Amino acid sequence: MVAQSSAIPRGRSRRRVHRAVARRFDSAGPLTYLFLLLVVAGSLFPLYWSLVVASHTNAAVYAYPPKLLPGANLFHNIRRLFDSGIVSVDFAKALVNSAIVASVVTVSVVFLSALAGFAFAKLEFRGRKLLFLLVLATLLVPVQLGLIPLYIQMIHFGWLNSIKAVIAPNLCTAFGVFLMRQYIVGGVPNELIAAARVDGCNSWRVFWHVVLPAVRPMAAVLGLLTFMNTWNDFLWPFIVLNARNPTVQVAVSDIATVAYVPDYSLILTGCFISILPLLAVFLLLGRQIVGGIMQGAIKG
Amino acid sequence: MSVVSGTENAGGQGAAGLRLRRRVLRRLDAKVSPYLYIAPFFVVFGIFGLFPLGYTAYVSLTDRNLLAPVSHFIGLHNYALLIHDSYFWNAVENTFGIWFLSTVPQLGLALVIAHVLNTKLRARTFFRMAVLLPQVTSLVAVALIFTQLFGHDYGFVNYALGQVGVHHVYWESGRLSSWIALSVMIIWRWTGYNALIYLAAMQSIPEELYEAAAVDGARRFRQFVHVTVPMLRPTILFTVIISTIGGLQLFTEPYLFQPRASGGTGGASRQYQTIVMYLYEKFLGSTQFKFGYAAAIAWCLVLLIALFGLVNYLLVSRIRSAEA
Repeated sequence: MVAQSSAIPRGRSRRRVHRAVARRFDSAGPLTYLFLLLVVAGSLFPLYWSLVVASHTNAAVYAYPPKLLPGANLFHNIRRLFDSGIVSVDFAKALVNSAIVASVVTVSVVFLSALAGFAFAKLEFRGRKLLFLLVLATLLVPVQLGLIPLYIQMIHFGWLNSIKAVIAPNLCTAFGVFLMRQYIVGGVPNELIAAARVDGCNSWRVFWHVVLPAVRPMAAVLGLLTFMNTWNDFLWPFIVLNARNPTVQVAVSDIATVAYVPDYSLILTGCFISILPLLAVFLLLGRQIVGGIMQGAIKG
Repeated sequence: MSVVSGTENAGGQGAAGLRLRRRVLRRLDAKVSPYLYIAPFFVVFGIFGLFPLGYTAYVSLTDRNLLAPVSHFIGLHNYALLIHDSYFWNAVENTFGIWFLSTVPQLGLALVIAHVLNTKLRARTFFRMAVLLPQVTSLVAVALIFTQLFGHDYGFVNYALGQVGVHHVYWESGRLSSWIALSVMIIWRWTGYNALIYLAAMQSIPEELYEAAAVDGARRFRQFVHVTVPMLRPTILFTVIISTIGGLQLFTEPYLFQPRASGGTGGASRQYQTIVMYLYEKFLGSTQFKFGYAAAIAWCLVLLIALFGLVNYLLVSRIRSAEA
C-alpha cells in the first residue's frame, strides 16, 4: 500500500488512495460503540436518578437497597413543591423570576454584542484595536471576585433582594462581543455593507438591515449559551437575593439547606423541574449548541 | 433614524441646505456612532466589573464590617493576618487538591472521548449531544443530585460499591473521600464540553499527518500519541487555563455538598472548604460580616489564579518543546 500510494501521480486517483488509507484507520468497531454507549449512560444516569428520586415518596428514598426504577409520586411531589405551606420558598415566583432574568439578559447580550461586534469588525474609528484588546483583557479578569464591593454597591442602589441586581451586571459580556466580532469579520461581506452605504444607509441602518439579519446563526448560539448560563447562575443570585424573591437555583438550594433532615424527593423534584426548560431547549437546539461550541473552539 | 427625519423635512428646505445637513450627519455618524455602539459594554463593565475590583483592593485595606458604622484604614493588616490564618491555607490546599483530582482525569478522559468521536460514526450528532448533556445541568442540580447519590446510608454509590464487596464509605466526612466525590461532580459536568473542544481541534489537524504516520506503520494508538496529542497542545493549554480559572473559584458543589446550611465551612473539620467558601464564610456566611478580610481573600485568590495559570502555561508549553 505504501509503495502504491507513492507511485500514483498527483490528482484525483491519488486522493482516493489517501482516503482509503485514512478510512482504514477511521472505521468505528463494536468496541468503539460500546465505549461510547457507556459514556452516554454515564451522562444520562444522574439525570435519570433525579427523576427516580423525584418520583418516590421521601420514605422510599430512605430505603435500602435504593429503588432503581421511577415510582408513581412525581406529580404528588410537584404539587408539594408549589405548595407554600410545605416549602419555604415561592417556587412559582422563582420560575417566573428566572425566566425574566434569563430572557432579558439574553436579548440584551445578543443585541449589544452584535452592535459592538459590528463596530469592531466593520467600522473605522480611532483606538479601535486598543479598545478591542481592552475587551479581550477583561475576559481574563475574574469579575465575580468583585462581589464584595458589588454587594455594597447594590445596598447603595437599593437593589438588594431585587432581580435588578442579577440582571444589570450581566447585560453585556466581553465573551459575547468577542464572539460576534469574530463572526461578523468573516460572515458579513464588505460588499454588502458598501452596497447599503451607496443606497444611503447610515451605520445604524446598515446594522439593522444588513448585519443583524446576517448574524442570526451566531446570535442563536450566543443566545442559547447566555440563556443557559444565566438560568444556571448561582453564586451571585444567592448573595443578593433571598428566599422570598429567589431565582430557581436559589430556591432549590434553599429547599435543600433549610431542613434538618433533607427531603430528597422534594429537593430532587426541584432540581428536575429546574433542569426541564433547559433540557427542552437542548433537545430542540442541541445540534446548534454543539456546533457553536466547536466553532468557538476553533476560532478561540 | 436621523436620516429619516431629514428627508421628512426636505419639503420646506432648499436642496443645498439639505445636502449640507446630510453631509454633517454623515460625518457625525462616521465619527461618533462607533463609540456609541461599543459604549454599552464599557459602561456595564466599568460599573459592575472594573469599579468593584478596584474597590475590593481599597476595602481589603480597611477593617470594613457591615455591622460597624465607620471603617478605618488599616494598611496591609488583613493580608498579614491572612498569611498566618491556618483556615485560609487549609482552604487553599483543599481547592488545589480538588482541582488536581478533577482536572487531570477530566482532560484525559475528554481526549479519549474526542478521539473516539473523531471516527466515522453512525448517529454522530446523537453522541455529541449526549456527551454535552451534563453541561446543560445547573451546578446546583449537579451538587444536590450527586450529594444524594453519595449519601452514606442510602446512597446509590455505596449500594453499588456494596455489591462488589466494598464497605460503606462516609464520603462527606473524610478529606480525600470528599475531594473524590466533589471531583466526580466536576468531571461529570465538564468532560463532554472539553471533549467537544478537543474534537473541533482534532478535525482541523491536516489528514496528511495521519497518512504519513500510517505510512510509517503507526497504528491508531501511536497516531493518537504522536500526532493527535502534540497537535492539540494549544487547545490543551486553553482547557487547562480555563479549568484553572474555574477550578480555583469552586463554590457551589462543595457549598451544597452538606445538605444542611453550614455557612460555608465545608464539613465538620473544614475538610473540603474551598477558598471562595472561606471568602463567603467571612463575608456573609457566618455572622461576622468581615468585608475587609473577605476582600483580602478575594485579592489573594486573583493573585493565585494568575500565578497558577502562569505555572500551568509554562508547564504545558515545556512538555511541548520536550516532545517536539
